[in-house]
Amino acid sequence: MSEEISHFVSLQGVRKTFDHLEVLHGIDLDVGEHNVVCLIGASGSGKSTLLRCINLLEHVDEGTIVVDGQTITGTKIDVNRLRQKIGIVFQAYNLFPHMTVLQNVTLAPRKALGISRANAENHARALLRQIGLEDKADEFPDRLSGGQQQRVAIVRALATGPKLMLLDEITSALDPQLIGEVLELVRELAGSGMTMILATHEMSFAREVANKVCFLDAGVICEEGPPEQIFSAPREERTRQFLARVLEGGRM
Amino acid sequence: MGHFLHEFFGPLDFLRSVPAVWSGFKLNLELMLVAEALVLVFALMLAIVRGLPGRGAAPLRWLAIAYTDMFRGTPLILVIYLVLGFATLNYATLSSTAFFRNGVIALTLVYTAYVTEVYRAGIESVHPSQRMAARSLGLSYMQTMRYVVLPQAIRRVIPPLLNDFIGLQKDTALVSIIGVTEAIAGANLYSSDYGSFSGLMVAAVFFIFLTIPLARFTDHIIKEREKKERAQAV
Repeated sequence: MSEEISHFVSLQGVRKTFDHLEVLHGIDLDVGEHNVVCLIGASGSGKSTLLRCINLLEHVDEGTIVVDGQTITGTKIDVNRLRQKIGIVFQAYNLFPHMTVLQNVTLAPRKALGISRANAENHARALLRQIGLEDKADEFPDRLSGGQQQRVAIVRALATGPKLMLLDEITSALDPQLIGEVLELVRELAGSGMTMILATHEMSFAREVANKVCFLDAGVICEEGPPEQIFSAPREERTRQFLARVLEGGRM
Repeated sequence: MGHFLHEFFGPLDFLRSVPAVWSGFKLNLELMLVAEALVLVFALMLAIVRGLPGRGAAPLRWLAIAYTDMFRGTPLILVIYLVLGFATLNYATLSSTAFFRNGVIALTLVYTAYVTEVYRAGIESVHPSQRMAARSLGLSYMQTMRYVVLPQAIRRVIPPLLNDFIGLQKDTALVSIIGVTEAIAGANLYSSDYGSFSGLMVAAVFFIFLTIPLARFTDHIIKEREKKERAQAV
């Protein structure tokens, strides 16, 4: 039991079915506090669904998920409260197009947390300054590059002070030359001790920042281990095949 | 043909009927403004109710659907008769404010059904990922509607909303049948006094001049949006 406490996130036997199609076939996963776990695997292997289950954007059909000592798959859970301490960033940024950058970042602190406008804006400007986008505070998202938009989306997720960040293929929609600035921000976050679960296709980045890499295949974690082992000496045949295909695609 | 032109476009009658028609037309404007304001509010509430999630809200959703089905399907003129009939249950004679009120009620009942559907289309046009992003930040369902979905939805449906209001403006004329002396009724009074239908044409001109600015404004909004979307696509 003492081991469970050291895990910030713990999934046991998580199953999820969409219209008779089982997407997650019983996932067990533990993430220690201040750790970075990377989920790799082909599209459709269940990475995104898994991340969405962890902040209950998707209903979990079976199994238990514990976050920060709280079983979130129970019935009496305040999902809004829970989501305030779990930030998620999506592949398509999903910024609110009718709001300025500053309004995007301050919306949740003001309306969900009840922080005053002045305090929320000060905090938001400080966060934007850290990522070098303070001068974009009053711009609308469509005036920003994809990389800038994604960095704003990360800051928006950070603005409620989450203890866990879920990043869902956040560089997949970006032009190659814009990926670096987003990964740099994630690297800084990892360095600051943020607990993170990333679904990613950036294998070299996964190798660099992850404490643990999980290879998902057809809704199960086929293999997990430290990045050196997964990338250099994968034990499972399917992991080897996947990595070989990725290597051909030039993403290592 | 000459007789027709004289009857409907007699220059002298045209001018002479203006005061009677104009005094009625002011009532059309009032009906329109009051009904429009009410329609905007009620239709938004109904559209929100219709989109409520969960099994518990199902009866409310059904009520909203039944309402829009019923009042979109019933000709306005029948609704006007129904409202009048209901009002006269309690009063043998009706004051002019009661006529006005009944007119507003009938127009609001019917146009709320139309505009609910317009709002609903707008709400559904907002991509689900926007709701997901808002909910993931810890905003509640209603906060997500209010701050993220509705502002985008309403902006998108302004052109169809204005289109429905042009319809509403014209349909205020139907209220004349329950005794509100609006523009058409004023024109009819003139024609029974002087034997010329030119007053009706005056009313037509008033209505046209009222709707043209709205129509141009709608065009303008659509064009601005296209410009913005083109700029985004680049």
